[in-house]
Amino acid sequence: MSRTPLDTVEHAAATPDVELPWAELGLKKDEYERVVEILGRRPTGAELAMYSVMWSEHCSYKSSKVHLRQFGEKAPQSDALLVGIGENAGVVDVGQGYAVTFKVESHNHPSYVEPYQGAATGVGGIVRDIIAMGARPVAVVDPLRFGAADHPDTKRVLPGVVAGIGGYGNCLGLPNIGGEVVFDACYQGNPLVNAGAIGVMRHEDIHLAKASGAGNKVILYGARTGGDGIGGASILASETFDDAKPSKRPAVQVGDPFQEKLLIECTLEAFKEKLVVGIQDLGAAGLSCATSELASNGSGGMRVTLDDVPLRDSTLSPEEILMSESQERMCAVVEPEKVDRFLEICDKWDVIATVIGEVTDGDRLEIFWHGGKIVDVDPRTVAHDGPVYERPYARPSWQDELQADDANKLPRPGTSEELRQQVLQLVASPNQASKKWITSQYDHFVQGNTVLAQPEDSGMIRIDEESGLGVAIATDGNGRYAKLDPYAGAQLALSEAYRNVATTGAKPLAVSDCLNFGSPEDPAVMWQFAEAIRGLADACQQLGTPVTGGNVSLYNQTGEVAIHPTPVVAVLGVIDDVARRTPVAFQEEGQLLYLLGDTREEFGGSAWSQVVHDHLGGLPPKVDLERERLLAEILIAASRDGMIDSAHDLSDGGLIQAVVESALLGGKGARLVVPDGLDAFTFLFSESAGRAVVAVPRSEEVRFNDMCGARGLPVTRIGVVDGESVELQGEFELSLDELRRAHEETIPALLK
Amino acid sequence: MTARIGVVTFPGSLDDRDTQRAIRLAGAEPVALWHKDKNLHQVDAVVLPGGFSYGDYLRAGAISRFSPVMEPVIEQAKAGLPVLGICNGFQILTEAHLLPGGMLGNDHLHFICRDQKLRVENAATSWTSDYSAGQEIHIPLKNMDGRYVADQYTLDKLEAEGRVAFRYLDFNPNGSLNDIAGITNEAGNVVGLMPHPEHAVEPLIGSGRTDGLPFFTSILKKLVNA
Repeated sequence: MSRTPLDTVEHAAATPDVELPWAELGLKKDEYERVVEILGRRPTGAELAMYSVMWSEHCSYKSSKVHLRQFGEKAPQSDALLVGIGENAGVVDVGQGYAVTFKVESHNHPSYVEPYQGAATGVGGIVRDIIAMGARPVAVVDPLRFGAADHPDTKRVLPGVVAGIGGYGNCLGLPNIGGEVVFDACYQGNPLVNAGAIGVMRHEDIHLAKASGAGNKVILYGARTGGDGIGGASILASETFDDAKPSKRPAVQVGDPFQEKLLIECTLEAFKEKLVVGIQDLGAAGLSCATSELASNGSGGMRVTLDDVPLRDSTLSPEEILMSESQERMCAVVEPEKVDRFLEICDKWDVIATVIGEVTDGDRLEIFWHGGKIVDVDPRTVAHDGPVYERPYARPSWQDELQADDANKLPRPGTSEELRQQVLQLVASPNQASKKWITSQYDHFVQGNTVLAQPEDSGMIRIDEESGLGVAIATDGNGRYAKLDPYAGAQLALSEAYRNVATTGAKPLAVSDCLNFGSPEDPAVMWQFAEAIRGLADACQQLGTPVTGGNVSLYNQTGEVAIHPTPVVAVLGVIDDVARRTPVAFQEEGQLLYLLGDTREEFGGSAWSQVVHDHLGGLPPKVDLERERLLAEILIAASRDGMIDSAHDLSDGGLIQAVVESALLGGKGARLVVPDGLDAFTFLFSESAGRAVVAVPRSEEVRFNDMCGARGLPVTRIGVVDGESVELQGEFELSLDELRRAHEETIPALLK
Repeated sequence: MTARIGVVTFPGSLDDRDTQRAIRLAGAEPVALWHKDKNLHQVDAVVLPGGFSYGDYLRAGAISRFSPVMEPVIEQAKAGLPVLGICNGFQILTEAHLLPGGMLGNDHLHFICRDQKLRVENAATSWTSDYSAGQEIHIPLKNMDGRYVADQYTLDKLEAEGRVAFRYLDFNPNGSLNDIAGITNEAGNVVGLMPHPEHAVEPLIGSGRTDGLPFFTSILKKLVNA
């Protein structure tokens, strides 16, 4: 892209008619014209590079902004929220002076193009967001969605993604404690690789991305800048895949987890010595993003000398340096008298650190190259004043037909033998089968604070060794429900994550989300998006759990075919003493099994309808947020007071899936009886929300029933933990061995 | 009077703080050592912790083995200083030739993380005296390059001299020869193993067992009674 002579601001002003490659950089014509209007002249090549990446869908949220505002407008009152939407990640007060930051982000497009590096750098990026808030990262979670389990390309994408997540996260020393793995043909050309991370700090250690104090130095540290990932945000993440276009592999970045581990330790040491005024990680849009965001969030301007950026490739042009998404880099603002100490710490950790500029008392972001000024902009216009679109949206014409195709009318098993067969079929189906083949490639022990990890309902980390204070996190999403009704689907995702946190005994506090959708240029997709946000914002308001931040991934479609709308919701919870946590596994024979909540005939979008009939239609389960709240209160109280020894939430697959999982994990069977008023099929497979199954020691039976009765939560005794099989009285018996084979052999066989 | 046990942090060490915690829980005093340290600050024993020092680039442990701190570690280990290498630490010990053999990539080519059953084969080393020979324990295992290999002569020698300290039971997670999970030097002061005892020291955390604690109580008793 480099031109001769150097395209300085002066040169741009003198040569208004020079044609710039704005379309190749992903800008629309009206957007380019807006840049010209803002600057009062044509942009320089370097300015164009910055605007093009920062105004991309990925960085500017230009299609989603008008809808995302609801998370702020409908935010419930919460004393727990210390830092809200808009920073690198939200921060939540969890008590005892501790604050927790967490966030989920997508790395969908790169992971399809190059599964290992795409997924690895997804972990790297989210972890840098957490460090940038001042926190030590303590755990990661990975909600993943792939195409059909038996599709040949899934065998390319899944092992690469899993190895990438493990390769990067394991090497950083972060326990992987949760997430999901879902297969559906709708994700065939657009797998969803979402990466979440949690960090812990003391309240006083919270750091923000802002450059203030004229004369303060801007220090770039970490890896050298190379030619990788150029245009990742604009060209890769903000466009639909299209067979006709050239390969986008060069736009994927390459990760070095060892460098990132050093970056973590070095940054935390600098924080500890209070050397940092403001900090920003370099992720999407690289230096363009870091400099413009730091400057526009601060009080003054910024002057940067691009020649001082350490390069991996000395032939890079200034435009490329500004757009590069080379990984493992961060930018800190440091007072002049503390620069030496900062550089010393970087040196201790063998991290390259360079002063590349300083904060000025002006209001411009000025960037120099070979002595010429190549950027002179108001940083706000780059970072915050991007285009905002009110994209048209309309309920798709096929929605009514889809909802009318009622799953409750599908043929049901007619005999006990059929019922038994369908149970086996369900627990062996790729979505319901054990994911051990995947999760055993992740370290979940490192740091020595993991209390619960997948396949538990939520991951749980101890954060204080003395008091036992801990946090829990669960991520959930169900694209099938959301396709049937995006408003309800988003609320069901929140309900499930909320329930999962409570099931382990933790109190849900706050929400982060990763919203994965198709092209915003399609009104039907835009409607799904708008409905999902409205649903999620309404539900967060009602449950009192604020959205602390999140991520939007659009253009998850190939050609005309979009993925199911897939809002993935992460809920963070707190538990006063991790010793009170409730695991999924059955603990002792003889304990009584209780079903909490109401079971209705709800099969729309269910795992049963997918596995047995390959069907998607009807309505998803009914949302009842007040019931979710009550159920959560009961589960938390029962855990705290020692009334239950195990608990499992009911979601996809229904009751039988939950009981089989608890039985296999505990190595203890169960004898079940169909309760009055229900038929065996509905009892086993219904996916009604707001339910959990708990194991109660006999000594606690009266107390537990009294508590549920007093609070008005329906509770039904359904059986007992017993034996070496799962038996439904009068219907069938399945030995644990047979169930284990069915449940555990599916995934390894598919990926062999 | 307690024992001071050093834990070395290399660039990319991950389980250094976890190991310090395990040492503390056993009742000893953990001392943080830095890879650039040229002396061992009068510690009574040293643990090389797990992790991916130098990113496992080149070969696991191959670069760390040349860290400044390894000079006194090697010298004093030869003179009897108790040294325990866990996972990456074991890899470093073989690279430093304090223990024979070496580690290759797991035979299934994946990272593996699981609660692993082991048999204690040698309960006479500095780090295993609180176990009994033949005892079966569960210790978390997590590695990419955990396949222990050595030439036949070395294997025969290790077996004949009872220097296989730990053996995988029921399932060999990485293709290690003779199911070897850990070994000791002739004197019994240097022990290396792939599984992570520091992740099995609290009933609530990690694997939920405390089968790893005897590593740290063994060395404490030896040092305090010495």
